[in-house]
Amino acid sequence: MIRQFYIFVKKEFIHILRDPKSLLIIIAMPIAQIIIFGFALTNEIKNANFGILVTQPDNTTRTLTERLDASAYFDLALVTDNMEDAEKAFLKDEIKMLVVFEPGFEQALLHTNEAAVNLITDATDPNTATTLRYYASIIIKDYQQELRDAGSLPYSIETNIRMLYNPQLVGAYNFVPGVMGMILLLISAMMTSISIVREKELNTMEVLLASPLQPFLLILSKAVPYVILSLINLTTILVISTTLLDLPIRGSLLLIFAESFLFITTAISLGLMISNITDKQQTALFISLMGLLLPTLILSGFMFPIENMPKAMQILSNAVPTKWFFIIIKNIMIKGLGWASVWKQSLVLVGMTTVFLTVSIVKFKPRLA
Amino acid sequence: MSAISIQQIVKTFPGKHSVVALDHVDLLVESGELFGIIGPDGAGKTTLFRIIATLLLADEGTATLRGMDVVRDYKKIRKVIGYMPGKFSLYQDLTVEENIQFFATLFLTSLEENYDLIKDIYVQLEPFKDRKAGKLSGGMKQKLALCCALIHRPDVLLLDEPTTGVDPVSRKEFWEMLGRLKTSGMTIVVSTPYMDEAVLCDRIALMQTGKILQTDTPQGIIDSYALQLLAIGGDHLYDTLQLLRHFEGTANCFAFGDKLHLSLKDNSYSAASVTAYLEKNGRTDTTVEPIQPGIEDCFMAYL
Repeated sequence: MIRQFYIFVKKEFIHILRDPKSLLIIIAMPIAQIIIFGFALTNEIKNANFGILVTQPDNTTRTLTERLDASAYFDLALVTDNMEDAEKAFLKDEIKMLVVFEPGFEQALLHTNEAAVNLITDATDPNTATTLRYYASIIIKDYQQELRDAGSLPYSIETNIRMLYNPQLVGAYNFVPGVMGMILLLISAMMTSISIVREKELNTMEVLLASPLQPFLLILSKAVPYVILSLINLTTILVISTTLLDLPIRGSLLLIFAESFLFITTAISLGLMISNITDKQQTALFISLMGLLLPTLILSGFMFPIENMPKAMQILSNAVPTKWFFIIIKNIMIKGLGWASVWKQSLVLVGMTTVFLTVSIVKFKPRLA
Repeated sequence: MSAISIQQIVKTFPGKHSVVALDHVDLLVESGELFGIIGPDGAGKTTLFRIIATLLLADEGTATLRGMDVVRDYKKIRKVIGYMPGKFSLYQDLTVEENIQFFATLFLTSLEENYDLIKDIYVQLEPFKDRKAGKLSGGMKQKLALCCALIHRPDVLLLDEPTTGVDPVSRKEFWEMLGRLKTSGMTIVVSTPYMDEAVLCDRIALMQTGKILQTDTPQGIIDSYALQLLAIGGDHLYDTLQLLRHFEGTANCFAFGDKLHLSLKDNSYSAASVTAYLEKNGRTDTTVEPIQPGIEDCFMAYL
């Protein structure tokens, strides 16, 4: 039986390796997706052009301007003393935000403890506008805090906004665990289902069925190569995330791999279920894409917050395995939490896997029809 | 003990135009026989093979292979049969050698172990052993498939249309191999739409639209042909055919290559009366001679 298993796995690897196009897709897809989601699709803003309107420059306005310019989010593109110039710059799209210092800014700050800065943003893109305003106010507050610490200002109540775990609102923090879940699910479920259905479509299943090969051995042999490929993909994703996207791995790497292995098993058992209900590779592909990709994108919580969804959708989202994996990976990787924080979600995945596997083995047809 | 025993098997494929693929089929294949199932496309041969190979469930009736029930004992049966489906069903992206090794291991044996059995076939395949199965010619593909079906020395070999789409030389070689395999005591059931292959079997069953028409030795089937058979040659055969179909003594008349085969209703008609009929209708250049029937004539008599 071990010989049967070995030769079957070997055959599966030959199928994969002799089809360089598919192999390229399997290996390159995660890289492309991570880069697309990590860089192109992020909701963070870098190097936005801004201008300042100041009639009486002084030390404080200069320092604040330098602070803004020095941050990764802003580049100084305009210094002016009148509104007309500023408006022209807005219309030509040369600046996204204008910082207006009131005349006598430093004097007002030192003597009345109150000085006004107006942040004017181009709100044709409200998301960018909000984000820029938020970044700028943080930088200004930081400076204010420094002044206060230096003892030059009396005690005052300060609202302290802090974004936990992701103070810079780095998009990749959310996208990487999401993309990880999506890719592992797609590769494992889709490839497993297609590789079984291909045996049906090319008639080789007929010979396999008429042989003494045990169905569970067939299923297991189909799963092994894709577990290995998925683990390679996982490694690629983690390497790209840490090097290119500066993502931290705060928790245990071993735990990440263990949880990913569990999730891959869930995905493969889903693929086995799909292969039971269809005889055509195209159908298997379609079911995998429509039945797995869409719910993952919409309901796993990495693109749209689940809390904002209607109650029915929230309940439905519990059936999406990626949702649980997403929480697990975020907890371990970004928050640096351990097993204690993810055992419930892990248990959900174990439960799902058991159900999928049982259904696919019980429903496996030992005959053609 | 008979190798295969089939009683009253019925198989219907449901659907908008539901098809009765097998209609109360009875069949008995003896041990060590080379048994042929002869019939045109759509006769139900493949369905019958799949039921014997435990791959399909019949709606009615029972079938046993070496006394094992095809439904209940399907796992045991799968250990003793070698099955070669009608459609090519090996891995096209694996080489000849990899395919043989894969199927040998699947049946827990090896090429070396049963080399004597497949030697004849394997020596022909050996020059191509590193070629991918998908790149082989039709005849070579079938030889490889036979090799893979034989590798575990099966007790009963089921070959579903192994020579369809294969050139005449390879067909001949294929049947010579089957003849040699038979001497090793293996029971072989083979289906074919080619009537000329029927005489190479020990016994044959004629099959048409889900029914077994007749089961006997090829000679027995020919001997049971009761009608007078005439071969008619000459020019304008198509017109002659139309003419003969209106002759009152015609049981049936078909074109066979460059001749027409005419069977007569009873002994009150003869070659002479046919010649007279043709001459009366202006056909003077035709030849009419009595001949011995072949399997195909026997088959046509049922239509």
